[in-house]
Amino acid sequence: MKVPVSWLRELTSLPSSVSTEDLAARLTAFDLKLEEIIGGQITGPLVVGRVLTAEPEPQKNGKTINWCRVDVGPEHNEPATEDVPAGRGIVCGAHNFGPGDLVVVSLPGTFLPAMGFEIGSRKTYGHVSDGMICSTAELGLPGDADGILVLEPGLADPGTGAVELLGLNQETLDLEVNPDRGYAWSLRGVARDTALAFGLPFRDPADIAVPETGAEAYPVVVEDPTACPVFTTLRVSGFDPTRPTPPMIARRLVQAGMRSISLAVDVSNYVMLELGQPNHAYDAAKLNGPIRVRRAVAGERLTTLDDVDRALDPQDLLICDDDGPVGLAGVMGAARVEIDAATTDIVIEAAYFDRATIARASRRHRLSSEAARRFERGVDPTLQARAAQRVAELLVEHGGGHIEPGLTVVGEVDTRHEVTLPVDLPRRIAGVESIDTDAAVRALEGNACEVRIDGESLVVVPPPWRFDINDPYDVVEEVLRVVGYDQVPSVLPQASGGRGLTRAQELRRRVGYALAGDGLVEVKTFPFAGPADFDRLGLGADDARRRQVLLENPLSAEEPGLTTTLLTGLLRSAGLNVGRGHDDVAISEVGRVFRPRSGAPAAPIYGVDRRPTPDELAVLDAALPDQPLTAAWVLLGDRERGGWDGPGRPVAWSDAIAVARRLADVLHVEVSVEAASLAPFHPGRCAALVLDGRVVGHAGELHPKVLEAYGLPPRAVAGEVDLDALLAAAPEIGPRPDFSAFPVAKEDLAFIVESRVPAGALQEALAEASPLIESVRLFDLYTGEPVPAGHVSLAFNVRLRAEDHTLSEDEIAGARAAAVQVAADRFGATLR
Amino acid sequence: MSAPNSDYDPVEVTPLRADEVERMRDEALAAIAAADSIEALKQVKIEHVGDRSPLALANREIGALPPQARKEAGQRVGQARGAVSQALARRTDEVEAQEFERRLAAEAVDVTLPTDREPVGARHPLTTIQDHVSDIFVAMGWEIGEGPEVEAEWLNFDALNLGPDHPARTMMDTFWVTPESAAMVLRTHTSPVQARTMLTRTPPIYIACPGRVFRTDEPDATHAPVFHQVEGLAIDEGLSMAHLKGTLDHLARAIYGADITTRFRPSYFPFTEPSAEVDLLCYVCHNDPAHVADCPTCRGEGWVEWGGCGVVNPRVLIACGVDPERYSGFAFGMGLDRTITSRYDIADLRDLWDGDIRFTEPFGIGL
Repeated sequence: MKVPVSWLRELTSLPSSVSTEDLAARLTAFDLKLEEIIGGQITGPLVVGRVLTAEPEPQKNGKTINWCRVDVGPEHNEPATEDVPAGRGIVCGAHNFGPGDLVVVSLPGTFLPAMGFEIGSRKTYGHVSDGMICSTAELGLPGDADGILVLEPGLADPGTGAVELLGLNQETLDLEVNPDRGYAWSLRGVARDTALAFGLPFRDPADIAVPETGAEAYPVVVEDPTACPVFTTLRVSGFDPTRPTPPMIARRLVQAGMRSISLAVDVSNYVMLELGQPNHAYDAAKLNGPIRVRRAVAGERLTTLDDVDRALDPQDLLICDDDGPVGLAGVMGAARVEIDAATTDIVIEAAYFDRATIARASRRHRLSSEAARRFERGVDPTLQARAAQRVAELLVEHGGGHIEPGLTVVGEVDTRHEVTLPVDLPRRIAGVESIDTDAAVRALEGNACEVRIDGESLVVVPPPWRFDINDPYDVVEEVLRVVGYDQVPSVLPQASGGRGLTRAQELRRRVGYALAGDGLVEVKTFPFAGPADFDRLGLGADDARRRQVLLENPLSAEEPGLTTTLLTGLLRSAGLNVGRGHDDVAISEVGRVFRPRSGAPAAPIYGVDRRPTPDELAVLDAALPDQPLTAAWVLLGDRERGGWDGPGRPVAWSDAIAVARRLADVLHVEVSVEAASLAPFHPGRCAALVLDGRVVGHAGELHPKVLEAYGLPPRAVAGEVDLDALLAAAPEIGPRPDFSAFPVAKEDLAFIVESRVPAGALQEALAEASPLIESVRLFDLYTGEPVPAGHVSLAFNVRLRAEDHTLSEDEIAGARAAAVQVAADRFGATLR
Repeated sequence: MSAPNSDYDPVEVTPLRADEVERMRDEALAAIAAADSIEALKQVKIEHVGDRSPLALANREIGALPPQARKEAGQRVGQARGAVSQALARRTDEVEAQEFERRLAAEAVDVTLPTDREPVGARHPLTTIQDHVSDIFVAMGWEIGEGPEVEAEWLNFDALNLGPDHPARTMMDTFWVTPESAAMVLRTHTSPVQARTMLTRTPPIYIACPGRVFRTDEPDATHAPVFHQVEGLAIDEGLSMAHLKGTLDHLARAIYGADITTRFRPSYFPFTEPSAEVDLLCYVCHNDPAHVADCPTCRGEGWVEWGGCGVVNPRVLIACGVDPERYSGFAFGMGLDRTITSRYDIADLRDLWDGDIRFTEPFGIGL
């Protein structure tokens, strides 16, 4: 809300000793937060000028400038010469003005805060430009009008100071109004809070007498009194549409961020700013039949004042006459019945609409307006007739004519309600000892509440414009606002003694440290993805990972939903790193991926008057997509860099699997590795990570086409694992240490097997061949002469040990033979 | 009995003459002293200690002496040989030690050579700040709550007193899951975790909820559609705004330093009443009159916006099954991304999300 400071001062009798900064600080402490103080710093000769001549001069750079002679008043004009009349020569790049127009000129020596520097005389485009013709923006005026500010003809003589004329040094407070304080979208509301904040008496600008005549002003039929509880009309006739808007009204509108359009429109807007009641002025001659307030019918359309043709929804509330809709109620009118330069007979509308109806219409049509903003936050429902009277009086005062006797008021609303609370609730909840009953009552009465004490209770009747005071705690806030939030002491509560991090939280940290310890750099990426990402990953048309949780309003059409794999983001990151010149990249991410649950119902919307039952909560959870925490990694370039002491070791498929194994190890879960073939991996270099018979992830070398799609070097590798599955399988306590102090016997066994035999399976079988075998480790893999084609030589270190004695030669030989036997029986392996 | 050997003349046995023994000893000692390697000492040993050395040969002559002369000659030669042996042993130790030193000296390396072949990992600062903040709460006896990121509309909004027509809903810039009738959103705050906690537990409740949240902001230098926050909720008997202030003051000190305090400004949130914005004393200029005007962090304000907070609205308690007559509570929330960008002077929020390894690397495994 942009509040002209002079207007606020006029309404509050705020002493001039209170600076604008003090005022803003106090209002901020009163929940009207200052965004900024606008205006008030222009110095130097800023004057009205009349354009005498404007010669367009095309320039080499393609632009055309205007070389102008401007009359800036006898005090500032250069004398006339044979060639030119008295005035100043000014170069201007804009074209929305011409000779005869009144403009604002900043002469050399003027400081315009919006420009940030002092205007000087300067040579440009072959002329000496002796100042600047100003645009709205350069003057720091609100609004988005392009080009030069052209003043209304006859507004002032050349040489008149523009600062005073346009109120440019008028300060404006831009206040952030929270959605519960609808009343503060008016000078009336801000002034009341200002008076309360400074302990000043408050005179309500809405104290307006409305003559009761019993006659109708303009007939109104309200078909939906729930959506439109109050509708008032008043009529002004004999209005002179040629009369200008008084400068003060125009200036205040501009300060408040609106444009001055015509007297009738300006007065309507002025009263909306002043009292907070949106209102509408119709050309009575254009209305056909009674005003009708009804819901739209299917297929109905309306072109609103912003020239958008809108398909209406049956929930939309319309203002209509016999020829159809004339406005989307409380949001925006239509051109057909608007007042224009010929309007002399005006019907004024002031209504009170249901907040939700307006909020929904505004959201449905993505159409915010000054009116909608106020209606959806709540307008004083007792204000309509007075606001209409105020509009009518101002119209007549500045535009002539007279107010027709008669006032139409359809409907009435009683929002009066009581809030009852324990007298000590404000003190207890605020935690401020100084809030006694007196302090609470004073604060509430300052907020225009009626207050009475009933035993141990405080009974509060909020004023009709306070839609935010319904519950006892709302009353507490109003009291605390007046007492001051800075009065709240600092007391550290004693928590009841927590159980620390959960097991899963601890384990997740462990995973994070393990990944970092493995040389992986954690990155974070946005979880949005789309078909193009899945194409790049080479996912098949029926790959389940193409089924996304989609968003109604994604930021980009290319990423219409949430990702199903962290690799979409991680591979993009990898590509970015390669593009930025990193040769060796090892990155990881831990985050959620999202998988729709097929056939899941919509999430229910329960009431808020009680706790949903456990069953109801279960239904709610069942509607949510599966969103497991996942870990993924990508490695490329060298795993170990080359250096003075040796060459680098390039990343290999096995590095991707090693990361998965590391995660399993730190969580003490058994993950086995099986050959698999799955995008985005190289079909022959992809491992499935298997936990308790369930595939929980994959790792391996990336498919060459994927590498190409992401701009990654050959042999880059990746992996991804369902971390939630690993965490769930992690035992409460890890394995106990179990070792023997008796001597070890070391045997090396080399086998020749067919290449298709998985070395991992053979190694596992050897380890289980005898209880004396402590460990088995593959130390060499060899193909080629003399190993027959299609075969491979696998050599293992086997360590043998007994728990309770030193092994005898026979025992060692027996265990060795058992291992050889198992290898032969199960894998057809022969000892080399 | 034969007559005394009248021919005996010890002087005639030259090697056993005192001066000759002395000379041989001195020669040997000089040779030992001169030897500067194990090789040289071996040669010295052969020449001056071995069987063919002059002193060894002289020793043999002793037998030829008349008995009365043997003792003296024997003593003389024995002492000389002993001295030589001792000197040799001492010198051998010395030379061995020198040679060992020389060998180690020869093994010296250039310790300034790089040792950077092993890859060094790092954790993202948004991860570590969440851990850090969690630890602060755990130390206060609080627990850490978590929940889904795709959340039911009811939990993200309705249960928190944000009804379907509430103006604040539109201010949340919510991502809605398709179809809208599915009534699911990307959570706009971690508050639904607090609602879930109240729904499934009985007070007292003291939980902090760090996590990832979503708003429909196009990414630019100061906006991101995904960001992190930590929210806290305490529900107990007799809690007030004062306890909220105490908790936030403690958190501010723990994160930003012992001299940092907070201040409240009135504000509005549907889920709290009364509501407040909480500001931090600027941790760069400390609102020091000498520096505040030029402070880039608070831009001359002396205070930095930190988050929102308030007393839990009893309507929220009711929707979540907590008896508002018996319990009261407070809640607060603040962004963590800004804690990182402002403390580390990171101008562009996109750096947190691009995944350039040079962003994460300097943070190592902890802030």
